[in-house]
Amino acid sequence: MNMQWRTKEFGLCMALAVSILLLMVFMGSAYGIRVLVEASCYAIIALGLTIQWGYAGLFNAGIMGFVAIGGFSAMLLTFPVNQGFWSSDQASDLGQAFLKLLGAVVIVWAVVQLRRLSVPRSIRLPLLLITLAVAYLWVVNGFAPVTQAIVSQHGFIGGFGMPVWVGWLVGGILAGTVAYFIGHICLGLRSDYLAIATLGVAEIIKAFLKNSEWLTRGTLTVSPLPWPVPGAGEIGFITARALYLSVTAVLIVIIFYLLHAAYRGPWGRMMRAIRDNELSSAAMGKDVNQRRLEVFVLGCVLMGVGGAGLATFNGIFDPNGYLPLNHTFLIWVMVILGGPGNNLGTVFGAVFVYVIWVMSEPVALFILNTVSYLGNLWFAWEAPSDFASRALQARVFTIGLIITLVLRFAPKGLFPEKVQQYS
Amino acid sequence: MNELVFFINNVLISGAVIGSIYALGAVGITLIFSILRFAHFAHADLMTLGAFFAFFLTALFPAIGPALGLPTAFVMLPLAMGLTALTAVYLDKAFYKPLRAQGVKPIVLVMASLGVTLMLQGLIRMFMGTSSRSLYIDDRKGIHRIDVPFELANRPIVITDPQILLILFLVVAVIALHLFLTRSKLGKAMRAMSDNPDLARVSGINTQKVVTVTWIIAGSLAAAAGTLLSLDVSLKPDLSFMLLLPIFAAAIVGGVGHPYGALAGGFVIGFAETLSVFNWAVLLRPFRDQLWFELPANLAFVPTEYKITVPFFILLAILVWRPTGLFKGKVL
Repeated sequence: MNMQWRTKEFGLCMALAVSILLLMVFMGSAYGIRVLVEASCYAIIALGLTIQWGYAGLFNAGIMGFVAIGGFSAMLLTFPVNQGFWSSDQASDLGQAFLKLLGAVVIVWAVVQLRRLSVPRSIRLPLLLITLAVAYLWVVNGFAPVTQAIVSQHGFIGGFGMPVWVGWLVGGILAGTVAYFIGHICLGLRSDYLAIATLGVAEIIKAFLKNSEWLTRGTLTVSPLPWPVPGAGEIGFITARALYLSVTAVLIVIIFYLLHAAYRGPWGRMMRAIRDNELSSAAMGKDVNQRRLEVFVLGCVLMGVGGAGLATFNGIFDPNGYLPLNHTFLIWVMVILGGPGNNLGTVFGAVFVYVIWVMSEPVALFILNTVSYLGNLWFAWEAPSDFASRALQARVFTIGLIITLVLRFAPKGLFPEKVQQYS
Repeated sequence: MNELVFFINNVLISGAVIGSIYALGAVGITLIFSILRFAHFAHADLMTLGAFFAFFLTALFPAIGPALGLPTAFVMLPLAMGLTALTAVYLDKAFYKPLRAQGVKPIVLVMASLGVTLMLQGLIRMFMGTSSRSLYIDDRKGIHRIDVPFELANRPIVITDPQILLILFLVVAVIALHLFLTRSKLGKAMRAMSDNPDLARVSGINTQKVVTVTWIIAGSLAAAAGTLLSLDVSLKPDLSFMLLLPIFAAAIVGGVGHPYGALAGGFVIGFAETLSVFNWAVLLRPFRDQLWFELPANLAFVPTEYKITVPFFILLAILVWRPTGLFKGKVL
């Protein structure tokens, strides 16, 4: 049995290696390495998902939100400093706006603490709502003129000019912080609620990044983001990308090793116990919600780091490029096809699915052109002008189909999780 | 008085309209949740699909509406509802029933429903493109301007045909659903199954039939909501995207598994949205001189581009303070 699985895994990996080689041969090695770098960033994100779904059974439907936070943080912390803004009056005005925000938070916190003075609930609740509304309007009206002035005079506040690794690290921390609040609210409830809440939070993060022009330049996008390794201008495309690939590969190896150790250790056993039988592990005295929160935050940290790596590699931060539903489920396909709970399977799935995803575009266009050419030739059929953009929607359909088929026919994925049996 | 008319047009009427849409969607979600015990994410796409069925039928028979004096898409609504219900039943047969038969966890069904969402979205965009269309092909949208019998008010209250039809449809649908659930044998079987599926099965209720009926009701309500909304605004493939979060928020606010709660939740979310993007400065402007602070030009709680955050924060607040919803939901 064990032997069979090994040959199957080996065969799958060989097939993947061959397809990557073919990609390199046909599309050129610069393009091939680019695909590999992007796939490696997706692999980090997918590892984040596999610990949420595979280790703990948590459904995160808002992956792109956390990925976008990572990208945003990479942009904000590493982009060169905008001297024009920092030497102008707006810098201190913005500071005052943030002080107002801090003041509002303190006041609201104080109203919440009225509970300790045994003020009855019937007074506290209306008071809290009124304070919230007033504080909110006060803060919003404090920010509005400053941010407008920044946008009209300086474009945006610029970055902090820090080293790239700081941006990636902070990206992970920010994503984890958001995840903490969401998880804190939703993890005690049925798992469906987490799905709905994460879906919503991804939308909101995207709306915020898109509309906060003073912070992110919105639809104007920010580029070029600095790289952690010498760029293409200095040492050539292939070398630069290969260096970048080695950075992400080292990251994956580290994360992989740590996750593997955690999975095999007592913590991993406890997580699996909670996933497979929540009731009995709660009866054994495990704090189910706390453990789930841990794993949810950890997974989102990885998503943030992966997202930061992706944005840095692309060199551009474009809030509109994050499509919450479609890209989120691309990552879901990577995980459930590769094998949830199996780290090797997840990395395999990430590279495999991403290569297919990238290749499907030229293949689909080729098929389309053939179809419209033949249609015109044989039936005098005039293809609609937006035929190509429409037909690319077939990819969305295919992702959906793959998800439903894998769930039904191969729920454990290509590399099933190997649960160690102790007899 | 003009300010008040502005308030009625922008808050009362549009809140009631969008609230009815959310309510129709949320009732379907809550029914599916109480019978099949999973959050059906593809529901908003069923709404879009229903609207597209109505669009096809309108394009096929554009002359029927003007002959009857109603929008053609509305005349075609029963057919579109039937087609969507049929689609919903077959989607269940193809994608959810095999998973249920394997006895998977509910969250796997949620994931499958997201897979179905993507498939429906891909199909709709593949065949219809991404542009927006009008459901009025040969007829025009009737707009009623009601003059307010007060002095000082020279702006009329504006209400359109689809808005009136929507409110009428909602009333009829709710009464019909109420009678169905309380009087008919099948409706009682549904309620029994939502209370305790095992007990329902051993007492001889045909659970498969109940499941089918649930999909029929949810599918046809979704089609009606989608069609009526696109009649009022326009038909876009992105429709489902804007609806997904609010209808879930409405179902949870009302208490999951509680059809009347979903109705109330829909209106709560609808009015909350319109109230929060409403510019309160308009109402305060007549009292400009008595105010102790300078009136800003825009005093909306939420800028329109952040409208989507409103249902989300209501959802979070409900989850924190009262996870069972306003009306105690059964299952959690």
